[in-house]
Parts: sequence; structure tokens; C-alpha cells
Amino acid sequence: MKLLLVGECRDGRLVAETAELFGFAARLGAEASMVLAGSVDDLPAFDGRLYRAEGGHEFDATFHKRLVLAAVERERPDAVVFLHSSYGWDIAPRVAFAIQSAQVSGVVGLDDGGYVVESCNGKMLRTVTPLTDFAVLTIQPGAFAAAPMAGSLEVIAIEAEPDAAIEFLGCIEPERGIDLCRAEVIVSAGRGIGSAEQVELVRALASALGGEVGASRPVVDAGWLERARQVGSSGQSVSPSLYVACGISGAIQHLAGMKSSGFVLAVNTDRDAPIASVADVLAVADVAEFLPALTAAIRARR
Amino acid sequence: MNILVCVKQVPDMEGRFVPNAAGNWFDETGLAWRMNEYDTVAVEEAVRLKESLGGSARVTALSIGPARAVEAIRKALATGCDDGVHIDDAGAPERDPWQIASMIAGFAAGRGFDLIFTGMQSEDRGSAQVGVLAAERLGIASVTGITAFEWLDGSMTVERELEGGRKCRLRLKLPALLTCQPGLNTPRYPTLPNIMKSKRTALTVLSPESVGFESPKVSSENFRPHAPNAAGVILEGDAETLAARVCEILASRTSVLGKGGAR
Repeated sequence: MKLLLVGECRDGRLVAETAELFGFAARLGAEASMVLAGSVDDLPAFDGRLYRAEGGHEFDATFHKRLVLAAVERERPDAVVFLHSSYGWDIAPRVAFAIQSAQVSGVVGLDDGGYVVESCNGKMLRTVTPLTDFAVLTIQPGAFAAAPMAGSLEVIAIEAEPDAAIEFLGCIEPERGIDLCRAEVIVSAGRGIGSAEQVELVRALASALGGEVGASRPVVDAGWLERARQVGSSGQSVSPSLYVACGISGAIQHLAGMKSSGFVLAVNTDRDAPIASVADVLAVADVAEFLPALTAAIRARR
Repeated sequence: MNILVCVKQVPDMEGRFVPNAAGNWFDETGLAWRMNEYDTVAVEEAVRLKESLGGSARVTALSIGPARAVEAIRKALATGCDDGVHIDDAGAPERDPWQIASMIAGFAAGRGFDLIFTGMQSEDRGSAQVGVLAAERLGIASVTGITAFEWLDGSMTVERELEGGRKCRLRLKLPALLTCQPGLNTPRYPTLPNIMKSKRTALTVLSPESVGFESPKVSSENFRPHAPNAAGVILEGDAETLAARVCEILASRTSVLGKGGAR
């Protein structure tokens, strides 16, 4: 099997998960080449062909589609593999449509010739099998072990026509100020806490544990907590000694930002919630009753 | 301006999912249904744009699904959409993104939509393909995962969410398709008069074949729960007993109760 991996530059750097694309190729025992657009100092290291292009802006989707297609034309792979990222999920369907091929999104595993993907907000799994000879895949960051990056490249320059339809006006950098990355303990609020008022229960537990307050995306979208406290792939990635997930179902993008935590305590009324897949302890309980009880129990120990 | 918004009806994700007889998707028995959350912000943004433009701007809400999908169309109408279209397809829940996109594009082609809003993905299938595939079929520009939208003098400025809290700002012109992320807006609650009015609005009902539905590109099998987390413990009980047990576990398995805290 021959795979064309699509490398990704973000903010002038090769993204760290690029090594997971090679890990995926290794799992399949496939021969890998890569296409990479954008200016980076640190080219990936592997034994194989790197199709390389500069110019065009980072968000000119049509330009990126054309580059991938140009590399496909030369390389003739069995599949093109993207990361399931803001870049990957945007470009992959454009490539799939151009080739009139199957696409499988958010692959987390392999299953007898098919690809395992998550469904129902990460609660369930299913196996998806392409019905076309050629396939476009996006793999979920964190799902495949990174392969060591070593080897010697054959760099092949490719070009594509930029497209004027989408004009790039600039990037907005995230608000800084709350650095959750150094916190020993993080107690995070999810939609399951029920209301903005219940954030106080989360704060009280965080204070009893000497930790910081974090949030899942829906809580931030609802304005219950500041965006700077958001944990997940669109917020901060954290790895505290203890992570307490209060009323967080565990959408894939949230898990991506906290699953390397030392110990995970989840509090949820739904015992099938996907957060259970990363929890060391799942307390099946209502946040409103359980958090005050736990806060009191912790304070009593001191 | 002629605006189309695509909505999907999905189960409440808190529900209990059991494989159907074929094992390729879930059994619908006992599930509660609502509009896909990503689509609720798409509907809200479409209606806000229409309201800001006034005059002849119109929003059509389209849903592909079995009979129950009509509820999602009514909800869109109650939120302020003008017209409702139901592609009545009992097989829709098991269709792949290619097929759904073929129907959306088949419907939209030749109907002169200037702008199409969709959710960035559905909560149940989560493929994030349908919007972009439909746009590519229609040969129009598309931007995925927008978290801000502004219409000014014939062009749109949108923000698109990237990783790590970064966003990019992009400008594009009509015609276009935008896929929407929660956080784009806070969807309104429909008013009672609008709910009543939505019930009286006649829907256009079309068959999948009439909008050029195509064969699938993937097959789906073995719908199943995750294997239980072998390392994890599930605890139940009344709050006090549970809190005491959790406290013991934290004391023995982590070091966080030994220092700091309670300041």
C-alpha cells in the first residue's frame, strides 16, 4: 500500500502531529510520501519523496487542494492521509470530490481492512470501509503513536495556481493570561453543570484542591467562563496531575486537550459518556449534589 | 438575497445508543430528537443576515430525512426561516456524506441561492464533509468552521477557528457556502406566534431521486460502544458516600491532597 501523507504547517512550523501521520503509515505497513505547502524551517525527516510547494496563503483552500492533486498525479498513491484538523477537514473533501473518491473522517483505529471512526459525539464507534479503490482519510490527532522522524528526503518541488476567491486578512491570536499548562490540578466545568450559577461549585472544588478552573467548549460558548480557560484542541492542551471533569461528556476535541493528565476524575450522570474512556474514576452523580460533598470531604481531610 | 440553510435532525446525545438490526447504525427506538447543534447556529446566522438586509431577502430551510425531520424544518421556520423543504428519505440516516451532499447540491443547483449555511458537522456522524462536498459540486467557494460572520457592501468577512485558540479572518464574495461552529452566535428561542405560524407553513416535499441522489462511496458496519476503559472504575451511590470514596482514591492514587490547597 502506498500513502501520500499531507503535512501541515501552522504558523510557520511543521505541526507536531505530523509524526502521527508516519505512525499511521507504519501501522498499515505502507510506503509513505508527503506533500507539504508553506514555509517551514524544520522539514520532516523520513526516507521518501517530499512534494514541496511555497507561495499561496495558508487559507487558500483551492490552492492547497490543487497542490495535493498535483502530488497525487505524480505519486499515484492508494490513499491520501490528512490530520483531522482545521486544515485537514477543510481540504480533504475538496480532494475527495475532485477524485470522486471515498473519504473517511476522523480515523481512530484500523479494523480488518476498514477504518474505525467515532460517532455520536465520541460515544460510539463504527467501522467505515471505502467503496472506491482510492480513498481520502483524515486521522484523529492523538489516535496513532508518532513514528520516529528520521531518514533522508528526496525533495520534489511542485506548483499550483493560487485562487483569489478567499482573501486572507490575518490571524487573531488567542487571549493569554490564564496559563492552565502549569496547574497541578484542574477542575473543569462542562455543559452538564446545568447553569452559570453552578460554576461556583466548580470554583469551590478547585479552591479546595489548590487548582485552576478550566472549561469545555460549550461552557465558554455560553459565556459561563472565559474563553482563556477552554481546554481542548481549540483551547489549551493540559496535563495536570489531577483533572476533574464536571459534567463534561468528553467530545473528541476536549479529550485531545486533557487525556495526558496524570489522573482523571469524571463526574457525570451518563455512565456511557465518552469521558469514561479516559477517566480513572467515573463518579456517576449529579454535579450539584456531588461537588459540594466532595469539596467538604477534601476540606475535612486537611 | 436568496439564502439556504441545511439542517439535520439528530438524537439527543445523552440518549442510550443501541445498534440497529443491520449493525451499521443505531436503533431509533426510545431516542429523543432535536436539531443538530451546529445547524442551530447556522439557522440563527441565516435569519440574522436576512433581518439585517430586510426587503427581499429570503431564507429556505432544507432537511433530508425520514418523516420525523419535519420537526427540524418547523423549528427552523419558527426561528425565522421563510420556506421549508423536506427531501423525504427514510434511508437518510444511513446515507454517507457523498449521498447527502449530492442531494443538497442537486436541490440547490439552478435555484439561485447566493449563500448557503450548514453546520460544520453533525453530532451523530461527525464527518465534517457534507458542506464542503456540496460547495465543490456547486462550484462555489466554501469556508469551514466559522465563528464570526459580517456582511458589508457585497462581501463577507468571516472568522474561522484554528487550533489552540487561534483564528483567521477571511473575506469572500457571493456565492458561497459557510459551515458554522457553535460560538458563532446564541440561537434565539422561537416565539409562540412564530411557532404557530411555522405549523401553518406548507413545506415543499421532494424525493431523493428528484434531486439527483447518488450511490455511496463508503460502507459503514459494526456500530458499537467503546470497549470499557479497563483501568477505570465506575462508582455510584449517594453523594456523601461517593465523595468519601473518591476522596480516599485521590489520597492513595494522587499526590494532590498531600500539599497546597485549602488556601
